[in-house]
Amino acid sequence: MRVRVLAFARLRELLGFGERDLELAPRATLDDAWRELTAGVPEAVRLHGSTRFARNGVLSDGGTALGEGDEIALLPPVGGG
Amino acid sequence: MIAVSPDPIDLGALVAAVGDPAHGAICTFLGTTRLTSPGDERPVAALDYEAYTTMALADFHAIADEARARFGPLAIAIVHRTGRVELGEASVGVAVGAPHRVAAFDACEFAIDTLKARAPIWKREQYADGATAWIANTPGGTA
Repeated sequence: MRVRVLAFARLRELLGFGERDLELAPRATLDDAWRELTAGVPEAVRLHGSTRFARNGVLSDGGTALGEGDEIALLPPVGGG
Repeated sequence: MIAVSPDPIDLGALVAAVGDPAHGAICTFLGTTRLTSPGDERPVAALDYEAYTTMALADFHAIADEARARFGPLAIAIVHRTGRVELGEASVGVAVGAPHRVAAFDACEFAIDTLKARAPIWKREQYADGATAWIANTPGGTA
């Protein structure tokens, strides 16, 4: 299945994209997507503990199963205001 | 008025957006960009804000709903800028209209505190020497 991935701020810089498509196995989770996206980028891997995920605009745990066409987002610690 | 946009913040428009003859109070907050961050002496030359716009807009609406659930009937406007914001300019604005001032003050503080804690918006400081850093808000902090 294919999902759309958005990366922001420090993660956007480290991963080298703000937006891309990602092919995943059926029933893949957010954690699976994270592993795929950060493979070979140790600086990004180290940010896992401070990163939140959103699936279709809703904060979601890493174990959340994904579906075809989902939009997932990788959210570093926020700094608005 | 709920918005995430590169446009400068118009305080008059925020106030107008929450005007209501049934209300007796309007409280506003502007967050402005500052020359230095806490614990960092380097002068900031410029700031850039980045947002997950669709989620931030939904979150602003949710913050307004939560404020109404806590503080009663309110009119709330929340706007945040994206892109470059010059020093001293407002990066975020909140206006709350309420029947009485206590609810207006309380809801305004609740809205900006909640936004800073969770809205999907990021800030990058650029320093005079060309270095940059993403600055995260501290939980319960004043930064």
